[in-house]
Amino acid sequence: MREIGFEKVVETVSRLFIEANTELGEDVLDAIRKAIEREESPTGKEVLAELLENARIAKEEQVPMCQDTGLAVVFVEMGQDVHIVGGHLYEAIEEGVRRGYRDGYLRKSACHPFTRANTGDNTPAIIHMELVPGDRLKIIAMPKGGGSENMSAVAMLTPSVGKPGIMDYVVKRVKEAGSNPCPPVIVGVGIGGTLEKAAILAKRALLRPLGSHNPDPELDQMERELLERINDLGIGPQGYGGRITALGVFVEMMPCHIASLPVAVNIQCHAARHKEAVL
Amino acid sequence: MGEILRLQTPLRDEDVEALRIGQKVLLSGVVYTARDAAHRRMMDLIEAGKPLPIDIKGQVIYYVGPAPAKPGRPIGSAGPTTSYRMDVYSPKLLELGLKGMIGKGKRSKEVIDALVRYKGVYFGATGGAGALLARSVLEAEVVAYEDLGPEAIRRLVVRELPLIVVNDVLGQDLYEEGVKRYSRQPQAG
Repeated sequence: MREIGFEKVVETVSRLFIEANTELGEDVLDAIRKAIEREESPTGKEVLAELLENARIAKEEQVPMCQDTGLAVVFVEMGQDVHIVGGHLYEAIEEGVRRGYRDGYLRKSACHPFTRANTGDNTPAIIHMELVPGDRLKIIAMPKGGGSENMSAVAMLTPSVGKPGIMDYVVKRVKEAGSNPCPPVIVGVGIGGTLEKAAILAKRALLRPLGSHNPDPELDQMERELLERINDLGIGPQGYGGRITALGVFVEMMPCHIASLPVAVNIQCHAARHKEAVL
Repeated sequence: MGEILRLQTPLRDEDVEALRIGQKVLLSGVVYTARDAAHRRMMDLIEAGKPLPIDIKGQVIYYVGPAPAKPGRPIGSAGPTTSYRMDVYSPKLLELGLKGMIGKGKRSKEVIDALVRYKGVYFGATGGAGALLARSVLEAEVVAYEDLGPEAIRRLVVRELPLIVVNDVLGQDLYEEGVKRYSRQPQAG
C-alpha cells in the first residue's frame, strides 16, 4: 500500500485549478492559430486573434483567461493500492478547491439553486472517481464554465434513429446553442450507457487534446463528419458568422440498454481548461 | 467592416441611432455591471414603485461578474456573461431610459423590439476574453448589492472597451445576418 499525504492532495488540486484557469493548453492555442488561417470572416479572424491575445495576457499576468472560472469538476483515477493518510480524499479535494480559488483570485461561482446565495468558496467540487489498478493517484482539474454548460443536454433517443439520428441531434444542439456558448466550441459527445453515464462520457470526451484522433475508426469518421457539419452551420467565432464554429468534436461510446439510445452533448467554450497531475 | 467608432457614455439618442450592426466600437466612460441576481432585485424595486440604486437614464449595463481583483488592480478578468438570462428584465429597463447593454449571445424578440421602440443598442463583447477586456477597466467600485459578491452592481470607468454592435435601432441582428452569410446549410434546415 502506497501512502499519499492529505496535504499533498490539497496542494496539487489548488495548483491545478490555478494553472488550468490561467494557462490555456498548447493544443487549443495551436487549434486557434490554424483556425485563423481557415476563417473567412474578417470579424471572425479578429475574434480568434483576440482569444490568442487574451491567453497570452492571462498567462503573463497570471490572471484567469475568463472571469467564469467554473464549477470545480475533478476526475480522479485512484490506484487501488493507494492510501490517503491524514484525512479523507474528498475533503482534501474540497480544501484544494477552496485554497486554489482563494489564492488564485478565481471567481467563486457555486450557489444555492433556490436562493442563489453563493457558497463563498466554490465548493462543493463535482468529483468523478474511478478505481484503477496500481499505486498512483491521477487528478484532473477541469473548471467548467456555466455559459457552455447551459447549452449542453442529454437526450434519450429512440434506437431506430440510429447513427444518422445521433448525428442530427448533435448538430441541432450546436445550432440551437448558437452564439451563447462563446464559439468556437469543442463538442463532447457521449453515446450509450444510461442517462448519467452518457453525460459523464461526454464530459470525459472533452479531456482529449485537440488534434487527436479517435482510436475507433468509425467514431473517428463520425467526429470528422460532425465537425464539418457543425462548421457548415456558419455560426462562426462568437456567433458573428464565419467558418469556424467548432475546433473539435470528440465522441465516446459504450453499450446501452436494448430499449435505449442515450446521447449527451457537452459543449465546451474555447477555454478548454484541464490540467492533470499524477501523484 | 469599416472604421472603428469611439463612443463616450452616457449615450444619447443620436449616438444610438447612428449605430448599425457589425460596427466596431471602442466605448469609454462609466458603465454599470449587473447580471442575474442584480436584475432580479432591480425588477423587484420597480414593481414596488421604489427607486433603483443607480440612475439608468442614458447608461450602459455590462453583463459581467468579474473575477476578484489581484492586489493593485481595479478588477479581475471581466468578460461578458450570456445575455438571454436578462431578456425578461431588459425591455422594462430600456423603457426607463437604459441606452445600452453589453453581453454575448442572442437576445429575445421582446428585447430587439424594445431596442427599436426606446432607441437602444446591444453590444457584443468577446466571450472568453476576460483578461483582455479587464485591461480596459480603469476603475471599479461596488455601488449596490455588495452581498451578491461577483453579482454586485459595480460602477466601472472604462477606456476603449472593444465592442461590436449586435442589435441596432432598426431591429437588425448581427447573429442572424452573419450566420446567413456563412451558412452552407439548406435554408430550410
